[in-house]
Amino acid sequence: MIRMEPRAETSRRIAIIAPIAAVVVALVLAAIPLLAAGQNLGEAYGLMFKGAFGSAFSFSETLTRATPLILTGLAAAVAFRAKFWNIGGEGQFYLGALAAVAVGTGAISAPAWILLPLVLIAGAAAGAVGLIGPAYLKTRFNTDEVVTTLLLNFIIILLVQMLLQGALKDPMSLGWPQSEPILDQAILPPLVDRFRVHWGLIVALGAAIAIYIVMRHTVLGFQLRAVGENPHAARHAGISVSGTMLKAAAISGALAGLAGVSEVAGLKGYLTSDISPGFGYAGIVVAMLAGLSPIGVVISSIFIAAIFVGADSMSRAIGVSNYLADLVVALSLLCVLVGGVAARYKFRWMGLKGREV
Amino acid sequence: MEFLEIFLNENFWQAAIRIATPLIFGTLGALICERAGVLNLGIEGIFTAGAMSGWMAVWLGAGLAGGLLTAMIVGAILGLLHGILTVPLGLSQHVSGIGVTMLATSLAYFTYRTTLPDVTSPPRIEAFQPLDIPVLSDLPFLGPALFQHTFMTYLAFFLVFVVAWVLKSTPLGLAIRAVGDNPSSVDSQGMSVYALRIGAIMAGSSLMALGGAFLTMAAFDAFFFGMVNGRGWICIALTVFASWKPRKALLGALLFGAFEAYQVRLQTEVGSFVPGEVFLMAPYILSIVALIIVARSADYPRALLVPWFKGER
Repeated sequence: MIRMEPRAETSRRIAIIAPIAAVVVALVLAAIPLLAAGQNLGEAYGLMFKGAFGSAFSFSETLTRATPLILTGLAAAVAFRAKFWNIGGEGQFYLGALAAVAVGTGAISAPAWILLPLVLIAGAAAGAVGLIGPAYLKTRFNTDEVVTTLLLNFIIILLVQMLLQGALKDPMSLGWPQSEPILDQAILPPLVDRFRVHWGLIVALGAAIAIYIVMRHTVLGFQLRAVGENPHAARHAGISVSGTMLKAAAISGALAGLAGVSEVAGLKGYLTSDISPGFGYAGIVVAMLAGLSPIGVVISSIFIAAIFVGADSMSRAIGVSNYLADLVVALSLLCVLVGGVAARYKFRWMGLKGREV
Repeated sequence: MEFLEIFLNENFWQAAIRIATPLIFGTLGALICERAGVLNLGIEGIFTAGAMSGWMAVWLGAGLAGGLLTAMIVGAILGLLHGILTVPLGLSQHVSGIGVTMLATSLAYFTYRTTLPDVTSPPRIEAFQPLDIPVLSDLPFLGPALFQHTFMTYLAFFLVFVVAWVLKSTPLGLAIRAVGDNPSSVDSQGMSVYALRIGAIMAGSSLMALGGAFLTMAAFDAFFFGMVNGRGWICIALTVFASWKPRKALLGALLFGAFEAYQVRLQTEVGSFVPGEVFLMAPYILSIVALIIVARSADYPRALLVPWFKGER
């Protein structure tokens, strides 16, 4: 039998290797369904890599896709650090996007240096409010936040659909359920001419640095980690557990809300009810791959974005269903979980009878 | 008065029971896992995988029984995966469950898309038909309401009592409950905590897969993307609502089914004043409200979410 012994210290080397190994193993495992579908592996993975990194254009696409993932990944990382399981990033994303179009499509007319920050703040606030609700229910009534945030995802997307058929519908859209376009002053402009990568990436990177500083160098960051590691000890140390959890929820929701703003104001220019292909859920994988580290989130977002962009381009070229990307992402999550065990434990072969060899 | 007349309509009750059926399977499955101490958030994906694999087995010619068996095996395999990750490895049950849901959903979608690359309308199968029960099915009102359902609905009701009996009155049930309350006591009696927990998760997951299979093999006769639509999560809420008791789970699922059948009919009455999305939101809101009401006083299995390792206390 195999016995697991905790390591005295998680080795830094393993902490870095584990997520990379996880993605590699995920890609290897995903080869099984690819082979079953009768595809040439070399060709398929080659096309995927080229699609994600093969040219300046494709790298710009990867960074564009990574932008919302950095923000939803940070959202999950902050919440999970406090052991507050926010699975509602998808819903908060849509709340942020909703606030962006509510403020940015003409309700307020102001120059860009006022309107753009206003749109960002509105989106962050909407996302924060969307998660403070479940956090309050958790602290007050002990309602499981996983279930409430998951159910809220469905409610919020229906709300978006309702508003896009009604109050927020663009009268010029010829019947399509989409919002009016964002005003020019509220748009996050492209970073480079003729490429789609936009200032949302800078917002996301800024957020990653800000969260890094908060987690490392502030009292709030300390409280958050303390509550996540041992709520009883934290309470004895005089930290308000529910207060800290509400703050974590507000930050987490705000980050996911910003992701929604960034997609609407930076990429699409208007809101539809299918604007997110699951950014909220993918953010969970991003955060876990990063070991909940804010800087790690930036790197793992690019990884995951590359898988999505690469799979899309492969799927167009050789007709493999792009659900393959979701499959690789799901496998990466499971592999990194197992990898995390490997990083925390030493495995000892104990012989078949359980005695040490 | 139209609002009350709905209750006198036999079709309403038939719809309520039909809507409740997958929730009965799913809630029973979730309840078995949680009674053994493991939250199984793989449920949403296991529903999807059960729906797809059951349907596909029938479509490939395995017959309806073959379809059910396939779905159950697929569910048990996914349960085994969640079990290995959460029991001997002791990983976060929340994150592992979400991972299993993502894996099962994407695998089901990928397989469906790869097998049927260019279908515009989903192919149909010969699904379960309502079983006619002599005499009972012909009763006025009660016949259509209660006795014109498919085999799977009767199976769901039957399983409620089987699961209740197993949990309450058999040594196996006692062991499962004990492993969810106090695993060390089970270990000290020489039983394997790991085997009991993983076994319970596999059994529960195969029931969840049957809930999914009901959607493609009885309620509809085809597979659609997104057809599970949060039903799994609703089952997780219903489990808490039912305080982990099978008969209460049945009651919860039926109440839920009645509520949903009612609001669909209400929608046709007042649909012109209220947007349809409000009605579609109702089941999710109802689940949250139900959770809030019971969560505070809920009597959680004491070792739920707590990993247990041999040789540690």
